[in-house]
Amino acid sequence: MNASKSEPRQKGAPLLQIAGLKVDGFSDDRWHPIVKGVDLRLERGEILGLIGESGAGKSTLGLVAMGYAKPGCRITGGSVTFDGKDMLSLPEEELRLMRGSRIAYVAQSAAASFNPSHRLLDQTIETAVRHGLLGRRLAAARAVEMFGKLRLPRAAEIGFRFPHQVSGGQLQRAMTAMAMECRPDLIIFDEPTTALDVTTQVEVLASMREVVREFNTAAIYISHDLAVVAQMADRIMVLRHGIAVEEAPTRKMLAEPETEYTRSLWSVRAMSQAERPETDTHLSIEGLSSGYAKSVKVLDDVSLKVQRGRTLAIVGESGSGKSTLAQVISGMVPVWSGKMVFEGQVLPSGFRGRSRDLLRKIQMIYQSPDTALNPRHTVEEIIGRPLEFYLGLRGEERDRRVVELLDMIEMGSQFLDRLPGELSGGQKQRVCIARALAAKPSLVICDEVTSALDQLVQTEILKLLDTLQQELGITYVFITHDIATVRAIADQVVVMNGGKLVEQGSRAQVLETPQQDYTNLLLSSVPEMDPDWLTRLLAERRGGAIAAAN
Amino acid sequence: MTDVAEVPGRTGPGRQRAIVPLLGTVLQRLGLGLVTLFMVSIVIYLSIEALPGDFAQSILGRSASPETVEAYRQMLGFDRPPIERYLSWMAGAVHGDFGSSLTSRPGAVRAVSAIIGPRLYNTFFLAAMTAIIAVPLAILLGALTALYRGSFFDRAVNGLTLMTISVPEFFIAYILCYLVISKDMFAMTQLGQLLPSWLSSGIGSVLSLMPKLPTLAAINESTTIGERIWKLLLPSLTLTLVIIAHMMRMTRAVLINVLASPYIEMGRLKGLSSAWIVFKHALPNAWAPIATVVAFNLAYLIVGVVVVEVVFVYPGIGQLMVDAVRSRDMPVVQACALIFAATYIVLNLVADVIAIVTNPRLMYSR
Repeated sequence: MNASKSEPRQKGAPLLQIAGLKVDGFSDDRWHPIVKGVDLRLERGEILGLIGESGAGKSTLGLVAMGYAKPGCRITGGSVTFDGKDMLSLPEEELRLMRGSRIAYVAQSAAASFNPSHRLLDQTIETAVRHGLLGRRLAAARAVEMFGKLRLPRAAEIGFRFPHQVSGGQLQRAMTAMAMECRPDLIIFDEPTTALDVTTQVEVLASMREVVREFNTAAIYISHDLAVVAQMADRIMVLRHGIAVEEAPTRKMLAEPETEYTRSLWSVRAMSQAERPETDTHLSIEGLSSGYAKSVKVLDDVSLKVQRGRTLAIVGESGSGKSTLAQVISGMVPVWSGKMVFEGQVLPSGFRGRSRDLLRKIQMIYQSPDTALNPRHTVEEIIGRPLEFYLGLRGEERDRRVVELLDMIEMGSQFLDRLPGELSGGQKQRVCIARALAAKPSLVICDEVTSALDQLVQTEILKLLDTLQQELGITYVFITHDIATVRAIADQVVVMNGGKLVEQGSRAQVLETPQQDYTNLLLSSVPEMDPDWLTRLLAERRGGAIAAAN
Repeated sequence: MTDVAEVPGRTGPGRQRAIVPLLGTVLQRLGLGLVTLFMVSIVIYLSIEALPGDFAQSILGRSASPETVEAYRQMLGFDRPPIERYLSWMAGAVHGDFGSSLTSRPGAVRAVSAIIGPRLYNTFFLAAMTAIIAVPLAILLGALTALYRGSFFDRAVNGLTLMTISVPEFFIAYILCYLVISKDMFAMTQLGQLLPSWLSSGIGSVLSLMPKLPTLAAINESTTIGERIWKLLLPSLTLTLVIIAHMMRMTRAVLINVLASPYIEMGRLKGLSSAWIVFKHALPNAWAPIATVVAFNLAYLIVGVVVVEVVFVYPGIGQLMVDAVRSRDMPVVQACALIFAATYIVLNLVADVIAIVTNPRLMYSR
């Protein structure tokens, strides 16, 4: 299988050829170039990986291959030829009939891309039926067959469900089935597994790869994660700021990346902090249970200890209860049973029972800086508010402190009057950090603070957090689903699953010698920079399953 | 190999309906509606009690002797305490008996329900006729303007409907009447004289195509259904012009919001046509807010059309209430007010049910 991977399976004219493509996007009242002259060539049955950070133009490029410019985008130059047809000059009606049937699209968020009002099966067969390619019954039979191939449970019945009735991983498979329904020549996968948990991602990736190979469908696989792309693609193209930086067959790209930029894409994976020495207990949690609305139990008998001045990473997948745990510590969600001891005193359940000084000592930084910052407040107001509220600073003293904090987050006083909308994602997260630090906390809860950021920015934010910890001696409770982040910053690690604590210990103990099956599964599901990783993992797991059966 | 992170229990039988939670919600809303109605009835009763002056005195006139007034008061039951009167009124109202009108005379008792009944039927008839024209038209126009947003068509429809909603309803009614009346002699009218002759003759010939609609909607028991519809065309056209803008603009706004969803872009990338996307993918996700606005406007058609009734001399319930207020016929006023309140409550209940029924997330559990 791997031998054929590096070369196209069919000779002849390329399926898709893009030459000198230029696309402009409209923002801030003017047109900016998004794609600045990209050449791309895709053979039949070949899978090309497109990789780059947000804003690199990879999604735009993927959509242009379908002859589609997003609203607010315009194609200003170059050519797109698909199967001998000039996609930029075809009439809209002809393009429409090609979309969905000859070129299909798999979107990042399946939950948002399925219409909540219609059943999965109806949406899956829609294009085939509307374009008159298949009758309803035949189309439905074909969809059910594809559901089965993609290993959706109860393939015959799942199509009658509504999107909200199935899980994210299942939706992503259903969307792949939808794309495959008309047996297209080309599928654009736009970050299809980015929103999924790692253990789900492995399964979805494996089934997608299998189906695409079986039908010899060409694909453009867009992702920001090089390790994921490496499992799917024959060839990889790295995009940056709308320019193709590097292009090579997958193995060559991983073995000997030519540009500094490509190497920097896995910088977080290379980062690793020296473990800090053990200290006394800062926060201890004993037998904690909690949940929502008095009936939905999310946390079940959780006990852990956080040491002063160190970083405790809480790792788990969505639904594991890790974010709820953060909210219980911060007092947003009440305790059902069990107790929390913070700095030698029992921590009251719920923020209403806590003194202002206690509130000040525990601060939070959130996943999405876009929603955590009031878009109408300037940076100065955002950082100044906790200074007034917690510390009672006024006038010059307050202003001086705001500038000090801006210096601490390496931004400087020129940002005082900016609004969040005028900052980049990384800068916004820095402002969130400064806002938390303004209260002079002793414990900071970081809830997925780097998940929404690009790799390079992630590295910078993690380094900043580490520097601040060394200077100020703050304790971090770091909630994340990303093992690379844990490896980079944690001293102690707690693994959670289904509201329960699965395993805890020092970073080395948990990551190097995991004792629990779930921890093993979680760690082994993290994609590695090796094109054979997925194949090997699947073989291992199958072998394991057979061994277990015997 | 199975999914690790996916819960197998979620995949139950394919087509299962969740009617029971729906029924529960409807019953709950209905109960709340009754509570609201009860409170409204108290408010209505108290506010009428609080009116200054003495009913018996004002009906009999200043010249009536105190004995006559007292006797009349006793006949009407005004000598009993207010709570007792309220309770007996409510007890009757629950059975559809709103008491007797103050215009009753000994030997000729006029039940309020008998007075209101035919008027209410007339009002419902006009409201239904208007709704049948206005609601589909508004939703269609809303969908089309959302689809062709920013086009000339969009701007023209928006401008026209905005104009009709801005003009007082009696004025629209009079303009329509004017057009009908002057249709065959537009060139002779003052406006026709002012305009250049080619324009006025052009307008005249367009107007002459219009049917000669009746400008009076006077009807009685012997009016046939067909005649009734014919006579009500102009009033319902007037009301259509009044209510269409609100519903159309809401439809347009909601649809534009929905059209920005990722699943709409997905529809385009699946090669679906624009009309299909709007009607099949966007509209089903927009029913809830549209239903709320439609319910609001239908309620207006029943409780707020007195001015249009007056212009077209149509015997609806609005005129009845105004007359009853003027003649201090309080039982009729109370009954009308209670019916109006019930109308709002019932229509909003229907809108709530539509919001639930059209949302699979509420209809089907996980």
